[in-house]
Amino acid sequence: MKMNIATAALCAAMAIPAGMALAQDQTEFLINEEIAITVQTDAPEHLDNLREIRSGWTFRSPETQKLQMDDFENPGMIFADDARVAWNTVEGEAGESCASCHGEPEDLAGVRAVYPKWNEEAGEVRTLAMQIDACRTEQMQAEAFGMDSGPMLNMEALLASVSRGFPVNVAIDGPAQEMWEKGREIYYTRFGQLDLSCANCHEDNYDNLIRADHLSQGQINGFPTYRLKNARLNGVQGRFRGCIRDTRAQTFAVGSEEFIALELYVASRGNGLSVEGPSVRN
Amino acid sequence: MAENVTPRVRVPGSATAGETIVLKTLISHPMESGQRKDGDGNPIPRSIINRFTCTFNGETVIDVKMEPAISTNPYFEFEAVVPESGTFEFTWYDDDGDVYTETKDITVS
Repeated sequence: MKMNIATAALCAAMAIPAGMALAQDQTEFLINEEIAITVQTDAPEHLDNLREIRSGWTFRSPETQKLQMDDFENPGMIFADDARVAWNTVEGEAGESCASCHGEPEDLAGVRAVYPKWNEEAGEVRTLAMQIDACRTEQMQAEAFGMDSGPMLNMEALLASVSRGFPVNVAIDGPAQEMWEKGREIYYTRFGQLDLSCANCHEDNYDNLIRADHLSQGQINGFPTYRLKNARLNGVQGRFRGCIRDTRAQTFAVGSEEFIALELYVASRGNGLSVEGPSVRN
Repeated sequence: MAENVTPRVRVPGSATAGETIVLKTLISHPMESGQRKDGDGNPIPRSIINRFTCTFNGETVIDVKMEPAISTNPYFEFEAVVPESGTFEFTWYDDDGDVYTETKDITVS
């Protein structure tokens, strides 16, 4: 089996002309020739089983990688631009828009990098999506977007796009620690008829092929992600659900406490990589 | 009645005389084909961009007739030879009568 994988990798390497290949051991790339994105770095201290962490970008083909290196080519940016309209639109009974409090989206640069994070007032760990909906229902008194809805993913893409290049820096100690430990437990728990945990694929077997798919480390620094397979933005928790479904398990719901914990834990596994969203993957 | 239609264009800011440059354009548009039906079985009316043109100092560079089978957010990439400084004008014609335009200047040395 090992032999087969090695041979397949060799064939794939030979199929790409030398000049075109974007080196697999590249640690950085540029978006629009200015925003530096770290795609490979030392694993954060809490991670015992990996020496280095790699962005999903490093596992994709040169053609897919290139799409993300230019905002004009990146289809995810169309959705981020749509969110700029929503950003300035006054909604709800309070007569406010996002812009009323936050100014320009660019003023929130770096925010994406620290989410999910503990919210002292609410006494809970909040993902960025939860915070956006909290803002909408509490400050704007408007209707919530809803987890993983189209407008929500667009807004997440916009907020991620202005944070690109910032290193992911999710706090795992203090009040968030309990949720983080719960997330870690889920990560290493085997689910479904196929009896697979997240770690079986994304820790033990990344860079190997699972049938025709090239397994990544399952990092979420690039979310929301524009996937070529469904030509739209995909949210983190929707992706989790897809993964767990593929183990033939009953999945947790998007927005459930289990997935919030898992999102916090998986985000912390990428501490040190750059925010990349909206990224392009296959 | 298309909403959030935003044209995007990329033209190099400068070039040398006679150089062939690459132009890229994209317009966000649903490109509803007219073939689909909604949840109640009623046909969704066609709403597409049916024509795209690009001119340079008034001279036609490209003129495209577009049909319903074209995907959302139509993207065009094409080349042009620039003999002198001037202005590219890009125009998209919507089924509903809207016309979207975008202009870009280029300095030729």
